[in-house]
Amino acid sequence: MKILVTVKEVAEAADDFEIDGTDIGEQYLEYDLNEWDDYAVEAAVQLSEAYDDVETVSVTIGPERSEETIRMALAKGVDRAVRVWDDDVAAAELDVAAKTRLLSAVIAEEEPDLVLTGVQAADDGFGATGVSLADDIGFDWAAVVNHLETEDDLSTAHVHRELEGGIEELTDVDLPAVLTIQTGLNEPRYASLRGIRAAQSKEIAEYGLDDLGLDADAVASPISRTAMYEPETESDATYFDGSAEEQAAQLADVLRNKGVVSE
Amino acid sequence: MSDVLAVADHRRGAVRDVSVEMVRAGRELAADLGGDLHLAVIAGDTDALAETLSLDGVDAIHTVEAGAEFNHDLYAGATAALFEELSPTALLMPNSVNGLDYAPAVANRLDLPLVADAVGLAYDGGLEATREMYASKVATTVELSEEPFAVTVRGGEWAAVEERADVPVEAFDYEFDESASGARVQGFEEVGAGDVDIADADFLVSVGRGIEEEENLELIEELVEATGATMSSSRPIVDNGWLPKNRQVGQSGKQVTPDVYLAIGISGAVQHVAGMKGAETIIAINTDPNAPIFDIADYGIVGDLFDVVPALIEQFE
Repeated sequence: MKILVTVKEVAEAADDFEIDGTDIGEQYLEYDLNEWDDYAVEAAVQLSEAYDDVETVSVTIGPERSEETIRMALAKGVDRAVRVWDDDVAAAELDVAAKTRLLSAVIAEEEPDLVLTGVQAADDGFGATGVSLADDIGFDWAAVVNHLETEDDLSTAHVHRELEGGIEELTDVDLPAVLTIQTGLNEPRYASLRGIRAAQSKEIAEYGLDDLGLDADAVASPISRTAMYEPETESDATYFDGSAEEQAAQLADVLRNKGVVSE
Repeated sequence: MSDVLAVADHRRGAVRDVSVEMVRAGRELAADLGGDLHLAVIAGDTDALAETLSLDGVDAIHTVEAGAEFNHDLYAGATAALFEELSPTALLMPNSVNGLDYAPAVANRLDLPLVADAVGLAYDGGLEATREMYASKVATTVELSEEPFAVTVRGGEWAAVEERADVPVEAFDYEFDESASGARVQGFEEVGAGDVDIADADFLVSVGRGIEEEENLELIEELVEATGATMSSSRPIVDNGWLPKNRQVGQSGKQVTPDVYLAIGISGAVQHVAGMKGAETIIAINTDPNAPIFDIADYGIVGDLFDVVPALIEQFE
């Protein structure tokens, strides 16, 4: 069995930042493994540990810089990695459809039995690629999975989907399938020193559009970002100033006045 | 005609709030486009649901009788079929958990560009949508150069339409073979039942990612003890297994309406705010002055919780 897990390197904005054009200035961005994908990686590695003959492969659409993030997934136990990038991809503003086309082409190469993705990416928050991909490749799917069990013969996944308001939907999904993974599904492991060392020698295959049998049209997108701005603060909060003790004293007064703390 | 088709969200017989909010988003967009607003109601007691959704600004309701509850194969198939029948310019779906489970499939199937999680929509010869990025630190506008298009709309961003109207309802014939669906809903489960119901508390001390380590929760426990409050949390604390699920406030956790909500080390992600904005008084302690929690707070302390909380405990000892 082969499990493909999508791994995205996401940008996080510093507390204080400035906008440069239609994005946050590069110097204010830090890159990390997408939190949701971390749970997907853990799910993939746990399945590979639970069953014999499971190969786990991560796939990333990202520049060379993202190899650091990919190594993190490899250090956690993913067997090998695929990275998709070239000049045309770099120049494109990838929308859901473009990402779907790229990932579908990788799926055609790798022929996995199960695809795990994070529910969404922490930076752009579209939350759409996994289900779009599933539809494109003709796999069954489930979105926002926060509990996963598999039949012994790996024919079916029993999942919980986390609905709003503290309700979970219990669903059975036939494999092959794409599952989009919610945080809290498991406890992502830290990469061990041994894992980090092992990751250095694991393969990261690089694919460009040509290698995937695609051309620049595959990454053309009708969606373009035209502006970015800091939302006007709607805050009309009363702020407590002074030392921590002074702030705490003012806060204590409010709590007493509201009658929620009795002396 | 440049019509809008919006797909309603419902669960266990009740129309979900995002549906009536989407009616407003849809009718505003339909007005910009100069077309009609069509609403799709798929599965469940469609007559009753259509009755609830007979709202001002809706020009037609199309019902699809198939199954009792949400099934993404049904929703994706029926939405795509209805889209092909009506040929609208805009397809609106909710950015709810169920929306996440079928909207991208519909967009892929119909080869429509998809803008997800829109918080604002305008049309002036082309769609311009507003979205947020980087954990709501910034807003962006995106423009679409293609029509038709699909959009999922975020709940809570448009005011619900409440004015009733007499909207024509038409059954849309869509054959769905549930047994052929690769995903089968087996049931529902309430989570988070436990000894404490945070929804009943008058004073919640709620802790978030800023607490950093599980051991540091002791500090919040001391505060809870000193003030007689009830402890709740944002999602990461529950994800880490530091508190049980029944303590989680937010979209996927509990909705709470205490007299006072003291948010400690919580940035105020939109999913969290959805669960606590009904609190009478909101107080936030956070090191980041730009944290979104301050936008909805009545009182704020920009400071380190590890300095402020011990000082606050002293106030009550």
